[in-house]
Amino acid sequence: MSENPVIEYKAKDFASDQEVRWCPGCGDYAILKAVQKAMPVIGVVKEDIVFVSGIGCSSRFPYYMDTYGFHSIHGRAPAIATGVKLANPDLSVWQITGDGDALAIGGNHFIHALRRNVDINILLFNNRIYGLTKGQFSPTTSLGHKTKTSPQGSIDNPFNPGELALGARAQFFARIEDINPRGMAEIFVEAAKHKGTSLVEILQNCVIFNDKVFAEWTAKEVKAENFLRVEHGKPMIFGKDQNKGLIQKGFKLEVVEIGLDGVTEDDIVVHDAHEEDITLHLMLVNLQMPMVTGVIRSVKHESFNDRMEEQIDHVRATTKYKTMDDLLSSGETWEIE
Amino acid sequence: MENTKIKELEKVVVKFVGDSGDGMQLTGTQFAGTSAFLGNDIATFPDYPAEIRAPQGTVAGVSGFQVHIGKSQIHTPGDTSDVLVAMNAAAFKAHIYNVPKGNTIIVDTDSFKRKDWEKAGYSEDPLESDDIKNYNLVKAPITTMTKKALEGIGLDNKSITRSKNMFALGIVYWLFNRPMDYTKRFLKGKFGKKEMVLEGNLKALKAGYHFAETIEALPSSFTVLPSDMEKGTYKSVMGNEATAWGFLAAAEKSGVQLFLGSYPITPATDILQEVAKHRHFGAKSFQAEDEIAGISSAIGAAFAGNLGVTTTSGPGLALKAEALGLAIMTELPLVVVDVQRGGPSTGLPTKTEQSDLLQALYGRNGESPLIVMATKSPGDCFDMAFMASKIALEHVTPVILLSDGYVANGSQPWKIKKMADLPAINPFMVQEGDNAEAYEVYQRDENSLSRKWAIPGTAGFEHRIGGLEKDALTGNVSYDPENHEEMVKTREEKVARVANYIPELDLQGAQEGDLLIVGWGGTYGTLLTAGEEVKGGGKVGLAHFTYIKPLPKNTAEVFSRFKKIVVCELNNGQFIKYLQSELPQFSYEGYNKVQGLPFSTNELTHKFNQILNDL
Ligand SMILES: Cc1ncc(C[n+]2csc(CCOP(=O)(O)OP(=O)(O)O)c2C)c(N)n1
Ligand code: SF4
Ligand SMILES: [Mg+2]
Repeated sequence: MSENPVIEYKAKDFASDQEVRWCPGCGDYAILKAVQKAMPVIGVVKEDIVFVSGIGCSSRFPYYMDTYGFHSIHGRAPAIATGVKLANPDLSVWQITGDGDALAIGGNHFIHALRRNVDINILLFNNRIYGLTKGQFSPTTSLGHKTKTSPQGSIDNPFNPGELALGARAQFFARIEDINPRGMAEIFVEAAKHKGTSLVEILQNCVIFNDKVFAEWTAKEVKAENFLRVEHGKPMIFGKDQNKGLIQKGFKLEVVEIGLDGVTEDDIVVHDAHEEDITLHLMLVNLQMPMVTGVIRSVKHESFNDRMEEQIDHVRATTKYKTMDDLLSSGETWEIE
Repeated sequence: MENTKIKELEKVVVKFVGDSGDGMQLTGTQFAGTSAFLGNDIATFPDYPAEIRAPQGTVAGVSGFQVHIGKSQIHTPGDTSDVLVAMNAAAFKAHIYNVPKGNTIIVDTDSFKRKDWEKAGYSEDPLESDDIKNYNLVKAPITTMTKKALEGIGLDNKSITRSKNMFALGIVYWLFNRPMDYTKRFLKGKFGKKEMVLEGNLKALKAGYHFAETIEALPSSFTVLPSDMEKGTYKSVMGNEATAWGFLAAAEKSGVQLFLGSYPITPATDILQEVAKHRHFGAKSFQAEDEIAGISSAIGAAFAGNLGVTTTSGPGLALKAEALGLAIMTELPLVVVDVQRGGPSTGLPTKTEQSDLLQALYGRNGESPLIVMATKSPGDCFDMAFMASKIALEHVTPVILLSDGYVANGSQPWKIKKMADLPAINPFMVQEGDNAEAYEVYQRDENSLSRKWAIPGTAGFEHRIGGLEKDALTGNVSYDPENHEEMVKTREEKVARVANYIPELDLQGAQEGDLLIVGWGGTYGTLLTAGEEVKGGGKVGLAHFTYIKPLPKNTAEVFSRFKKIVVCELNNGQFIKYLQSELPQFSYEGYNKVQGLPFSTNELTHKFNQILNDL
């Protein structure tokens, strides 16, 4: 990761003087470290970086970053971040949110931010639980999962954040696990580079209220087998021995073993993150085993803020109102003598 | 074609009523515009149904526009009509109650057939009733004559029928001896490219004028001479438009860009639409996905260095409550406009009321004081939007500005202001080059108690704010009990001290004496007129409030000069409750009306005379 930083920052330059107060062992620590590691690489001076969050354990994040920060109210961070970016498009704006914050109370703002494609970066800390309020099920909690408000098992159908985002016309979607510090930092840099709304879903472990919820994928013994990290232009190969891959069969992706039944590397689907059509990206976000990580979709579309600035420039050049006085004295006027 | 017999009138009220598709708003606006152009003072009041097109010919679908023009100053659209123009039986039925006997009613007889008056709910022809003989009824087959006038110009039937409002306007122009030029210019601007429609409208207008001239039913025409208003250049403004311009002006004056995040809602939408027209000033209008996103985006923009504004009506203000608390906590420059309408819930969306005052003052969780202001007339919307922005930027604080449907949709001649004559706005913010080491996020100015606004992009001033309670100096999160109490008190005191920066209460009429009329916001014109009309020899003063929280500093002193205080408001008694808690040493009598309608001068003078008699 070597871009051209404006100033030679180090990760620790982005740590604020506030004591970090998540539970020991919480996945949020690793995410914070990865973000601090990514910041020196994105090539933006500190004063131009803003972190905006809603409410939740995850949303405490801005206090720990030595940048501008705004810890707002539950669910509304997409709208606040939108206001920040529109007011000053030169800023690098990051929104930190949880699965409850983004998908329950803030669901409306979340989908509209994606639809508009404002150039902000959304980091969704998905721990499939309400952490701050101590363990109620969230819109990403699996069916049947027992939590404090679903003691007999959840009967609520969950959202898959990636699927929802693609439906809402997200042009950048990536997924990464909190136990992968390098992967996280790389993806945050990719998100920053993408002009338009970038959504990164982070599979985050809540040790207190939902420990090991992603263990099926993240456990040491299985993670190489159960995660598939996609990269644009590369075949979808995974596994400890890099011998598994995905092929397309009908409308589905299927796992195959290279070398078995005559399957060769050439049969494996090559990832195209830049494809307009969302069909492949949808199949990837919905795949459960392996779980797909990496940049699944990254398509360039004009951002809302760029359109806004263009419109302002355009009307500025053509308007008959150069100053407020022109406007105040416009239209039919008359004299009283 | 000169009118031979012209009578001069001091003032006159004309009301145009018809189906909501009949173009009555436009007709009324034209009559008002022409009169203003001739130098009359004017006040207008549109009255339209919530449904865009309610069933045709029914009372529910009636749309009206009332215009008051005068030689002397006009403060209200008038209580009753001198002339009623009714385009159909339903409109006649809905508005006849407000026409005193002896006054003129012009009707389109083509829409008074049996099926029309039955649809309006009459069991017999209202134009043949005994009662109608008490009026000066002018029967005009407006639809037929419009059709005749436009025969052969090649316009389709529908467009011909739609031109009948211009025929009606022509009649009224003759009646009040108004030239048609203003409307001709308007029509050319509006239909310039659709030549046939333009020709149709112009022809209908002239035909109506000539019809009036010819018939015997209108023996003479009237005129209202130019008023004695202050010298200067004028234009006509609507309340919502003036509100939008006040914000744009504040942005230019302060050098801070305007960001308006809103969600459409009657009767506030026009403000968003007006600002959207003016991107060229760098003003950013943002149509959000809901009211919460509207205010949240404005708060975000304020954090990033803009003047944040959000505009709404009562139900929207309810949705914005939590975010308002955030703006109070984070102390950012934000103006929230609530153009009040009848409530609760969806209530009476197109009618006026003053029933959001307590919501504005108290409708939030926690101890969350806010500056609350109100606008008293269409032209005043400009000044108050400007002043609300000035306070928000100089005190780094949220402000609620209350308007209402009556003020927002009303129009008024407005003496054009020059930017150079407006007061300076000096935002209280960190400048490039200030000492970052010495900056504390919640350090306060000793007089105003404002904290200094430092915006992203300013090197060395990076900081975090949020909705959690913060340390009184550093702004870091603090759960300290004493600190919380200190912050609660400081936020209250910061609002209270705004009293040192706002104008004192302007007492009109008697400076001391018997009765003090107290009002706030959009009722100003009617209260002033009623106050002036009170007879009975009592000494009557008017104290009208546009600054509500904090109250002007001399409020108690003014109140103490009168024997009796009557608080008049279009709600069930909200300002009176506030006054009772702020200034409990006085006793107040309330006069309230909650019908979705403005006060009438008559009912007020009646009430005031009664109080004076009982003194
Ligand atoms: C308006 C409002 N409703 C409810 C809450 C309570 N609340 C705070 S955080 C939270 C859920 C947080 O869950 P999530 O967004 O997943 O964040 P996490 O704590 O898991 O990181 C809730 C319900 C609140 N603060 N504000
Ligand atoms: S409750 Fe869970 S999510 Fe919240 S800080 Fe503790 S471990 Fe992290
Ligand atoms: Mg969560």
